[in-house]
Amino acid sequence: MSVPGRDYLEVRGIRVEFDGFVAVDGVDLTLLQGQVHFLIGPNGAGKTTLVDALTGLVRATGLASYDNQNLLDRPSHAIVRLGIGRTFQTATVFEELTVLQNLDIAGGVHRRARSLLRRRRGVPERVHETLATIGLTEQADRPAGVLSHGQKQWLEIGMLLVQDARVMLLDEPVAGMSAEERRETGELLHRIGQERTIVVIEHDMDFVRDFADVVTVMSAGRVLAHGTVEEIRADPEVQRVYLGHTVEGVA
Amino acid sequence: MSRRTTLLTALGWLALAAALLGLAPALLSDFRLGLLAKYCCYAIAAVGIGLAWGRGGMLVLGQGLYFGLGGYAMAMHLKLTDAGPGQVPDFMVLYAGGEMPVWWEPFRSPVVTLLAILLLPVLVATVLGAAIFKRRVKGAYFAILSQALTAAFAILLIGQVKTTGGFNGLNNFQSFFGYSLYDPVNKRMLYFLAAGVLLASVALMAQLHRSRFGELLVATRDAEERVRFLGHDPANVKLVAYVLAAVLASVGGALFVPVVGIISPEDVGVGASIALVAGVALGGRASLFGPALGALLVGYAETSLSESFPGSWSYFQGGLFVVVVLLLPGGLAQALSALASVRHRVGGPPGGRRRRERPASDRTRPGPTTPQEVTA
Repeated sequence: MSVPGRDYLEVRGIRVEFDGFVAVDGVDLTLLQGQVHFLIGPNGAGKTTLVDALTGLVRATGLASYDNQNLLDRPSHAIVRLGIGRTFQTATVFEELTVLQNLDIAGGVHRRARSLLRRRRGVPERVHETLATIGLTEQADRPAGVLSHGQKQWLEIGMLLVQDARVMLLDEPVAGMSAEERRETGELLHRIGQERTIVVIEHDMDFVRDFADVVTVMSAGRVLAHGTVEEIRADPEVQRVYLGHTVEGVA
Repeated sequence: MSRRTTLLTALGWLALAAALLGLAPALLSDFRLGLLAKYCCYAIAAVGIGLAWGRGGMLVLGQGLYFGLGGYAMAMHLKLTDAGPGQVPDFMVLYAGGEMPVWWEPFRSPVVTLLAILLLPVLVATVLGAAIFKRRVKGAYFAILSQALTAAFAILLIGQVKTTGGFNGLNNFQSFFGYSLYDPVNKRMLYFLAAGVLLASVALMAQLHRSRFGELLVATRDAEERVRFLGHDPANVKLVAYVLAAVLASVGGALFVPVVGIISPEDVGVGASIALVAGVALGGRASLFGPALGALLVGYAETSLSESFPGSWSYFQGGLFVVVVLLLPGGLAQALSALASVRHRVGGPPGGRRRRERPASDRTRPGPTTPQEVTA
């Protein structure tokens, strides 16, 4: 730990227990800025639970430090204000609001309370840039409810951008997307990942192979392996877990 | 919000202002105008309910509590000015042997009274609201809790005959800030005051609806958990709306006292609170004008139905509530917009693009429109 600061999210000995069942059992991770991390593992491995613990949705013990702050004893909205954002497995955008309003509302964290009482005038610069980044400029004035599944996921990533999340925890962002949309999503992640820490929970091994900088494999609440895609694929333990539990992981 | 809706909102507000300030005083007798002033007081509280319930999703079944805070604060002041400096209100001479509790004393001052009408509900609603929302109490539990609070308040008032007048409440006021309440001119002035405050509170809602806070409040109503991950504590967003609603109820209650000439536990209890909510439901809780118009309409219906069928009003009111909730969850506002879209379809170009888009926009219309969500 040479430079303690905003550059990485440090996870040490995180443990989550539900009524005696240990869902996450002492996970250590160091997530660096500028890399696209993938978190993979069979169903029930504790991937989503880990993200839930980092974002204040479930209680956990251990240490998750970002910007010299321990995330684990803060409420969700305070964690977001530290710069940590997440998406959910099913896209949750505000369906009746337009794409533009969805992005605008995500910028609320950076506004003073008084400005909230005024109406929105014009489009904030960051919202404008984000619309271009996620490729939804033409849909800006349409209600988010009519977007395709993939576009909703992009909109959610866009909301994290407007929120200026330095760490983005994305829970299966490409599930249900076409091959073309997956490719675009992967490129989007690399584009925005330069100055951010991006963590993606994923099942699709093709997607992982094409876009992962670093992969962490979880199984039964523990970290099984950590490394590049090649290292992970060569790991006999990973092969055993994947062959034993699920077929979709073996690509 | 588009320019067209802004224009329509402004026109609607002007029409309401013309009706309340121009038409009504010209057409109605002093007696009817006095009744309309009373409905305006209900409508002010209803505007607040529209914000908390329609926009914020909090079914506030106990606004009588705040209506009563403002009402009793005003009534205490009027009783004290009627009694004169250093004197004790008439009912206390009767029931309490002429002894007045210390906490009555500050209400001799008109400034303190006006501040109390505005700040007392802020204080109470902040404390109660923070305790309720931070614990994530919502839906039907919140509704029951708010109703229980107002029931407890009414019971407390009834129990304290010596200090609150008990079941009879406070009544028989002579003057309002120096103006005799028996003078018809002053009664008209009170009407204009109530109508003016109602118009101002609707204007305030119009600004809130289109503000960023308004968008955030609707977002909190529809997806509270999602808002948490935008970095806002939903409890705080709801608290602001709840406190504002409480202040509006308190102001309505304060105006109610000189207009009607009495405030009693019956005016602030469970029945009165539900009557307020019924008006909001009828008008359309999420719409801008719905709550106010609905409250005026329910007030009018109560008077005229009680005149023709004495004693049957509560059945009408219950029936109305059931019908609206089951058949017209968006209230009259929903019926009007449905009518407008039908006319649009009939009058528009056949087979046009708009026509095919209608059903989709109907599905995504903002605001909860299913009966189940009424309690949510």
